[in-house]
Amino acid sequence: MSSTTIPTKPKKRVFLRWIVGILLAFIYIWAFSGVPMEGFKETAGQVSKAIMSGLFHPDWDYVYLPEGEDLLRGLLDTLAIAVLGTFISAFLCIPFAFWAANNMTKGVALTGVGKFMLSFIRTFPELVMALLFIKVVGPGSFAGVLALGLHSIGMLGKLFSEEIENIDLGPSEALTATGASRMQTLWFAVIPQVLPGFLSYTLYRFEINLRAATILGIIGAGGIGTPLIFALQSRDWERVGVILLGIIVMVSIVDVISGYLRKKVV
Amino acid sequence: MSPIKEQQLPQPPSKLKPTLTLVLILLAIWLSAIKADVRISEFFLSFGNMWELIAQMFPPNWAYFDNIVVPMLETLRMAVVGTTIGAIISVPIALFSASNLIQTRWIHYPVRFVLNLIRTVPELLLAAIFVAIFGLGPLPGILAISLFSVGIIAKLTYESIEAIDKGPLEAMTAVGANKIQWIVFAVIPQVAAYFISYVLYTFEVNVRAAAILGLVGAGGIGLYYDHTLGFLEYDKTNMIIIFTLVVVLIIDYISTKLREKLL
Repeated sequence: MSSTTIPTKPKKRVFLRWIVGILLAFIYIWAFSGVPMEGFKETAGQVSKAIMSGLFHPDWDYVYLPEGEDLLRGLLDTLAIAVLGTFISAFLCIPFAFWAANNMTKGVALTGVGKFMLSFIRTFPELVMALLFIKVVGPGSFAGVLALGLHSIGMLGKLFSEEIENIDLGPSEALTATGASRMQTLWFAVIPQVLPGFLSYTLYRFEINLRAATILGIIGAGGIGTPLIFALQSRDWERVGVILLGIIVMVSIVDVISGYLRKKVV
Repeated sequence: MSPIKEQQLPQPPSKLKPTLTLVLILLAIWLSAIKADVRISEFFLSFGNMWELIAQMFPPNWAYFDNIVVPMLETLRMAVVGTTIGAIISVPIALFSASNLIQTRWIHYPVRFVLNLIRTVPELLLAAIFVAIFGLGPLPGILAISLFSVGIIAKLTYESIEAIDKGPLEAMTAVGANKIQWIVFAVIPQVAAYFISYVLYTFEVNVRAAAILGLVGAGGIGLYYDHTLGFLEYDKTNMIIIFTLVVVLIIDYISTKLREKLL
């Protein structure tokens, strides 16, 4: 076999690859050198064993307590926060979505501002929003609802505006030709086309918000997170176990139902 | 109108179902509002509070920047290390859960079930549990991020492994390649770009998550949100928020550009 028949490997931008490689190596050396290795507590093994046994022997009595704060009520509270937060953002994001859609807003600059506003809202962590709202309305579910409602506008607005950009303009042109007003065009040509997409994205965001709602309680914004953080602090592993199981079951059920509905809608 | 004419007209679809759906949704929202004890009036009453809070946040305390550079670097370090560990662990898990590589059902069904379980628990909860086990500091944060990353990366990767072109696999089987050779030369070249793209995407998600893990004591900048808000130093909080936003935006931009190049 002569070597001339073997095709040479493509020599593309070796230099660039070296630079990327060296940069990556530096990042990794920096990152791993700073990891504290003495961070293990002596009790770590013991505590993990306790957590494991707690997970497998959950405190079933906590599921329902007749006199108040129990697992079912906590989960319902979490669900309520997620439902309201999603509902608020699904409403509030509509004007933003039309603003950021390039076939509804005239001028690239204006659309750009709309898009920027949405990504700005998206980057704001919901927990930080919740902390701020706790300062404003006091601790409790309401702060959580407001935080989720405001934070979800970022993602829902972006998805909605993409849905609007993908519509078929035929029906709205036809309506304009027959002398329909702007509101009528919107109502009869745009809304019917985008509604299934809107519903599907709202359901998807609801799934995400439910997960987020389970942690809001850690900082005092209502839901199941509050009893969880108390149970963690008092080392009540059986209770931690039952709460975690509750969260996993609830999130899984909601995911299945919402996934089924989303398939039906689109 | 004669009865014959009426028969010729198509019947409009029944309005019962959409109406019922709407009623159900409204009912859910109403019950939720009762459950969560939400009153619109409360919101408007507290409008003044909000305005006061915003007013106190400006101007941001630029001098505080020096104090938060180190925790911000720690946040990034947690995200880098956590994502990397998660990505490494994901590789064998993704290979084991792809149904076109391992045909035996009782391997990939349990693995996928565990992956689904991991993804239902939010990172902050994982971090809170790891803080209880390992104590305060960045280590529990890194572990929480690693575990969560496995949930995302392994799932996305095994889905793209299942979608690969079967041709090269069959060609290699025909020339008598063993399982390892098969994976290295036929599977990995097809999914490598996707895998890196998923890792980058997870890194973006993890930077945001790492920024708040400090709230439960798992290291990074998050601790400072709680501190500054607790001491009513809103101008410092604002500085932290601005810094976090800038870092997240820069990382998102770089990562998006890289991902566009990969695929």
